[in-house]
Amino acid sequence: MNASSPLLYAIQFVLALALAPLLSGIINRIKARVAGRHGKPVLQLYFDIAKLLSKREVLSRTTSWPFRLGPSLSLAATLCALALLPLGGVASPLQCPGDFVLAAYLLGLGRFVMILAALDTGSPFEGMGASREAAFSALAEPVLFLCFLAVIGTASNMGLNLDLSLSTMFGGVPAQGWLHGRAELLLIPAVLFILLLVENCRIPVDDPTTHLELTMIHEAMILDHSGPNLAFILYGSALKLWLFAALLAGMLVPAGVLWCQIAGYFAVVFAVAVLVGIVESVMARLKLSRVSQFLGMAGTLAAFALILTQVR
Amino acid sequence: MSALFQFLLILLMLNNLALAGVSRLRTLIRQVSVQGVLLALLLMLPGAQQFNFEHLLLAIAVLLIKGIGFPILLRRTLGKISGDPQVEPWLSCGLSVLACMAGLAFSLWFEGRLPIQPGLFPSLLLPAALMTLFCGLILVVGRRKALSQVIGYLIAENGIFLLGIPLMSEETVWFELTILLDVFVAVFVMGIAINHISKTFESIDVGRFCSLRD
Amino acid sequence: MLALLLFLPLCSGVAMLLFKNATVYRGLLLLTALAHLALSAWTAQAVQAGQAPQAFGGLLAPDPLGALFLVLASLLNVAASFYAIGYLRDEENKQERIDIQNGQPFTNAPERRFTACLCLFLSAMTLVTTTPHLGALWVGIEITTLSSAPLIYFHRHQASLEATWKYLMICSVGIALALLGNILLSVAFYGIGTDLPESFDQMKVFLAKASLLSQDSPHAPWLKAAFVFILVGYGTKMGLAPLHNWLPDAHSQAPSLISAMLSGALLNCAFLGILRGHQILLAAHLGDFSSTLLVFFGLFSMITAAVFIVGQGHYKRLLAYSSVEHMGILALGVGIGGIAVFGALLHAVCHSLTKSMLFLLAGNILTRYHTFSSYDVRGMRWTMPTTAALWTAGFLGIVGSPPFSLFVSEFTILKGIFENSSPAVAAIYLLALAVIFVGMSIPVLRMVQGTRPRDMPQTLPESPFSVLPPLGLGLLALCLGIYVPAWLSAFLARGAMLIGG
Repeated sequence: MNASSPLLYAIQFVLALALAPLLSGIINRIKARVAGRHGKPVLQLYFDIAKLLSKREVLSRTTSWPFRLGPSLSLAATLCALALLPLGGVASPLQCPGDFVLAAYLLGLGRFVMILAALDTGSPFEGMGASREAAFSALAEPVLFLCFLAVIGTASNMGLNLDLSLSTMFGGVPAQGWLHGRAELLLIPAVLFILLLVENCRIPVDDPTTHLELTMIHEAMILDHSGPNLAFILYGSALKLWLFAALLAGMLVPAGVLWCQIAGYFAVVFAVAVLVGIVESVMARLKLSRVSQFLGMAGTLAAFALILTQVR
Repeated sequence: MSALFQFLLILLMLNNLALAGVSRLRTLIRQVSVQGVLLALLLMLPGAQQFNFEHLLLAIAVLLIKGIGFPILLRRTLGKISGDPQVEPWLSCGLSVLACMAGLAFSLWFEGRLPIQPGLFPSLLLPAALMTLFCGLILVVGRRKALSQVIGYLIAENGIFLLGIPLMSEETVWFELTILLDVFVAVFVMGIAINHISKTFESIDVGRFCSLRD
Repeated sequence: MLALLLFLPLCSGVAMLLFKNATVYRGLLLLTALAHLALSAWTAQAVQAGQAPQAFGGLLAPDPLGALFLVLASLLNVAASFYAIGYLRDEENKQERIDIQNGQPFTNAPERRFTACLCLFLSAMTLVTTTPHLGALWVGIEITTLSSAPLIYFHRHQASLEATWKYLMICSVGIALALLGNILLSVAFYGIGTDLPESFDQMKVFLAKASLLSQDSPHAPWLKAAFVFILVGYGTKMGLAPLHNWLPDAHSQAPSLISAMLSGALLNCAFLGILRGHQILLAAHLGDFSSTLLVFFGLFSMITAAVFIVGQGHYKRLLAYSSVEHMGILALGVGIGGIAVFGALLHAVCHSLTKSMLFLLAGNILTRYHTFSSYDVRGMRWTMPTTAALWTAGFLGIVGSPPFSLFVSEFTILKGIFENSSPAVAAIYLLALAVIFVGMSIPVLRMVQGTRPRDMPQTLPESPFSVLPPLGLGLLALCLGIYVPAWLSAFLARGAMLIGG
């Protein structure tokens, strides 16, 4: 089996789909442990999704088709984006030059339809959540592209035959660089981690468990959803978390023996979940005005990495 | 070994960005001590030159003075003055970080233009040193609090010290020690001056210095 | 003997901190100054005779250039110490001290600390002028900054604190840049002439290495960069425009005898640092580059000084800006080359003598009138006739009118400009001098002339401590204008030879 075997990729893809809700369970368990509680079962998100899928959806009379279509479209977009990503060093069968732009905008499309769905309800809270989500994701997008550029710069400096697809960029070969003294490459996972926190609405950017609608971002957007659509949303965000964790793994795990690389990939993904749990336990939510500074810091780091990769 | 050296240099650059960006004096002082420790570590790694007794001595002196001595001195000075410990920039923190990045870009360009003798500077050392110098100068001109100006002076001096590391031979080590001592006395004298400033002006905001002009 | 030259002021400075009796440390101050003058005169004589005195394995080994500035600093220190005795006695007897600018009471720093710092300051300047090692030179100049900062803050009020802080920060950062210049020099010479032995005589090694370089060698950009940093770094300390901002503040707020020392001795020491860089660039056949920069900064300083002198109401700031002007003339003279270099060195001597005299006199005026404004000082010829006469003479000296010595040196530099440079430079030079002449004559004459102020009915006798030092300096400046002794001109010529004269 070589690194581009479709069968191996399919197995990994199915595993990702199956295990994604587990991450959220791990995060919650870590938070509970740090706080000294026992906490929910690790599989809680599976139970929630199963329960929601078996329920009937309640629709407000003011809503129309964007509200009903939003969650499923968003989930589909996230799935497509995930399918473009190399998983555990195995290249995606769908890879094509420039697919990183496609992946970034598939995520953007998913967010866009969710925002439309939120606006469709006509509720002030949902509108507010949607506007915040739009603002922060607009700030996060350039940072993500700076990261991509830095990786491309490294890869081209290393003399790789580059077709600018996610599978080569995050397939493990550029990641070999940091083993050979190019420490600036380690900044990219750090920035990606910050982006993960922002995109997945975790503390310190947004508090997923808050009770007050005024302080919510993502949660305020989905207040009106119920039944299978809510299950889609929950599952979609679990997949998105997995997607970012996989990106991180692609930058951290250098190419080598395939089985080791796959093992490293799973280890990194679960380690990211643990790390998110720890961060959520020790940090408080930032003031909304500080979030843009937080993203600015991430952008600075990414630009710094980009400059350093360009000159060496 | 060279990979570790590079890693430390990148940490130093990040440290500079942090120095330009922090807004609390206490954090600033902590970052300065981090920088001192980084410099001592860089000195202990045998880069181009072989390791010898004088180097170890200098590294220990740097660790003691830059990593421990200065922060203690600065923190004592800070403890004596009343008022809120913010840096109060003329140039906002975000802009300072950007200026620091611009400094880095400039030093990389500068390094490309100068003909460098092979084997003298490890890669990234010259840009890192110049960036540190820029960062120090930004802190000197961009902050209102007298204490942050002293810290800026220290950082600029750190940058120059870093540039001197590959040139050190057994003879020059003694001069480096003298210079280190000199800078220590300078910071000491500045600390005394800051005490007087905080007593006389009831603040260490140099923005209040306006009695002397043409 | 050389070691004694360095350690004598250092030890007596430390000793002063131990004594409580005012007579002891004031006497010690004067004795140290006199002994230092004798020793440095002996050193200069030895250098003149070609004996090449050395100490500490060559760490101290003055050349003619250094010896010249050493004697100058020592001479001014004697005058200042003599003046200090009277000054400190008066300060001790003062009943109340009021800040002139905002009317608040203030205290003085402990007198012992003042005299001790003065001695340390002298010691640091000795190191700067006698060492051929650029690192030691740097350390020495940094120590002059640190030891003179407490001197400027002798009167503890807001304005002097502000001046001290500016002085400390601007000069420290500037000198840090000069250190960068030193390091760049070492980088430039890395890998050249590796068979040359390392020694403390760094100037000799560097000059030998520089002479191996050709004009377009890959080392040249490094040398140029090094000189730029040295010029900017020491130029800050020397007060070249546009890096002069600290200078008027510090000179106006320091006690007058300190202003005299700063202006007459310290600025020269910083200039020596620049000259060392220039020396190396000349040896490396890059003299055109450094000369152009020196001429540019020189002219710019003169123009800046001229702009600020016209209409300047604060008479100590007036003198400070005049120092900026004269530092500009020094840089210009050295940059022009040829006979102008000799002129510049003579100018350094004469400027130090005249400017110190004027600052000491300014101190007398300040004590009598309690104001910095030249508009409020009237009728000096009635109230303090000796000081008034000397003040007028000093003014004539500093603007370069005959028979004072600055006329000779300025004229020599002008001759050099006509020989080696363009008429445009000469035009700017003469224009700036003329503007400064007019700009300075108005306030000076206004202060001397006029009716006797109503609140000062009687003419108080002037203490010899306050009049004799400026008188002595003035006489020296006058003598040099009429007759430059052969040994002095030979000495100056040997110094000038080192820097392309």
